Amino acid sequence: MSRAAAPRGSLFARLRLRERIRDRDTALYGILIIVALVYPAATLYTQEGSTYLISLAGHAGTFVLLAIGLNVVVGFAGLLDLGYAAFFAIGAYTYALFASQQLASSPIHHAYHLPFWLMMFVGLLVAAAFGAILGFPTLRLRGDYLAIVTLGFGEIVPNVFYNLDQWTGGINAIGGIDQPVLPAWITGPWAGANDIAIVAPFNFSFDPIAYYVLIFVLVAGAIILVSNLQRSRLGRAWMAIREDEVAAAAMGINTVTTKLLAFGIGASFSGFAGAYYGASFGLVSPDDFLFIVSITVLVMIVLGGMGNIPGVIVGAISIYFILNWLLPALPPALESAASSFGLQSLNAQNGDWPGVAGATQRLTLLIFGLILVSMMLLRPQGLFPSRVREQELKHAVGLEDEAAIEQAHA
Amino acid sequence: MAAPDDNILVLTNVTKRFGGLVAVDDVSLSIKRGEIFALIGPNGAGKTTLFNNVTGLFKPTSGHVILNGTDITGSRPHEVARLGIARTFQNIRLFDYMTCIDNVRVGRHVRMHAKLWDSLFKLPAERHEEERVTDEAMELLRFVGIQRQAHQYARNLPYGQQRRLEIARALATEPKLLLLDEPAAGFTPQEKVELMALVRKILERGITVWLIEHDMKLVMGISERIVVLDHGEKIAEGPPEEVRTDPRVIEAYLGKSA
Repeated sequence: MSRAAAPRGSLFARLRLRERIRDRDTALYGILIIVALVYPAATLYTQEGSTYLISLAGHAGTFVLLAIGLNVVVGFAGLLDLGYAAFFAIGAYTYALFASQQLASSPIHHAYHLPFWLMMFVGLLVAAAFGAILGFPTLRLRGDYLAIVTLGFGEIVPNVFYNLDQWTGGINAIGGIDQPVLPAWITGPWAGANDIAIVAPFNFSFDPIAYYVLIFVLVAGAIILVSNLQRSRLGRAWMAIREDEVAAAAMGINTVTTKLLAFGIGASFSGFAGAYYGASFGLVSPDDFLFIVSITVLVMIVLGGMGNIPGVIVGAISIYFILNWLLPALPPALESAASSFGLQSLNAQNGDWPGVAGATQRLTLLIFGLILVSMMLLRPQGLFPSRVREQELKHAVGLEDEAAIEQAHA
Repeated sequence: MAAPDDNILVLTNVTKRFGGLVAVDDVSLSIKRGEIFALIGPNGAGKTTLFNNVTGLFKPTSGHVILNGTDITGSRPHEVARLGIARTFQNIRLFDYMTCIDNVRVGRHVRMHAKLWDSLFKLPAERHEEERVTDEAMELLRFVGIQRQAHQYARNLPYGQQRRLEIARALATEPKLLLLDEPAAGFTPQEKVELMALVRKILERGITVWLIEHDMKLVMGISERIVVLDHGEKIAEGPPEEVRTDPRVIEAYLGKSA
């Protein structure tokens, strides 16, 4: 049995699981996949069949897509984009206009109902095209100047949708957006049906589980594609430009087209997310794409760990749930806590005191701010930073030390 | 005006003005294929500015840059790199937070063919190209002698190795002409000897070398022809022993004798 020691070994050994788990990012992906798979069943069980948390997760997925896209622009290529929501809006409106009755009341008097699966890619292309259109004149700018121009673009786009009301309905938003239709789908007790069966054709009609599965597939696809790009000729060119644009150009990288590609690819994910967003809410309004959305996505990637895809995903999920689940749940939770401690008097409104729930309600954004500040103080490099980021911060600290030493000697 | 066959690079009357300042003044020179050509001159003589005019970082105010008989005046930096001129920088400009091997792989960029589509879906052709480029990059790191640092961040290398990495990165673009901007600045005598050996090895690969250097001794020992620049003007040209004794050169370096 001299062959026993041959490197074949068990399945476990062959997959080299032990070594892979030691790699932080692989472990993170593993955990994310397991959580994503267990999550629907777990919430259905604990919430007694309520799908609220699942639909919340579906919407969080939109932001995961946005964060992955913005990470290409900001994290990989180092271009600060403060108007990212504009591309999101463009994707959402592209789908909304061509998958609802909206255009019937527009000057062309004809409603289109194009399928979601097609429009998802059209939204992607349209957003990418706008990314290129915006990028072409502006990418010669650097740093702060680019940030200001993108900020302006982010302000203009919702305003255009707001003011082109004969086309977009303006402030009235576009409602009644078509739901995706699949040729077949599996239904079962989790969706309120009695038995497991195959429905064909299947209309999503706001089924949270169907949307959850869809966004899971979209996010998984996005992760694979972006990871491929990161480890490619183009990904290295982005990083080279981020590090030193002059040296990158001297090495034969066409900095303008490379930055344009970062912008276009970043925007395309946003357009993709926009189409999903339009379908899953069935309604798009200019107010959904304000500056705060761009900033939220930026916060997600900075907090998650700029440049590192799994970190960015964790950042997006955490911030989304803090904003849309934890903070809204806080006032009633504190109110019932006050009751159970015998402090009912606190719950009553009294003069300027709005009651515990009311007071917390008023302080929500302050609490959010405190959470952000404390997270950044605890982990300035983000939750799961790319190794580059880690190094940069280490060196920044090192430089401070050196300065301190110099001062001490002076 | 067609360049003679044995000239790889010809500059004719290149002038660069910044407002009222004439940084490079009517410089003409030609570099022969397969030689080590040196550009020397006191600080502020316009040596690096001349490099920048050749590599497309600046566009000459007037005059022409002719590479292999093709006029490349005013080409953008990445086009110049594609045409076969690579360079290093006086104050090292590496991609600090990329590994050494990635720095060199960036240098391969211009000779790679993977399109967006190939990279997005990791098509077989792209995989093979990546593997090949990784091998080539490793080979170049070995060539300059820093293969053991392949997976370290460029920033973490000691100074001398950073200079070597920059040369490896430039070589990765498969240049016909390599521009070295003060490659031995801050080197110990021992490191300078090693550098000279490396430059000769580069020459053996069929690459013409044009270097800017402060260290007269190093320049005299290695280059076949020297051009001296002072206040943007060419004041001397010729083999080392000739240039060394040129009164104008001595004056530029040591000042006028009383």
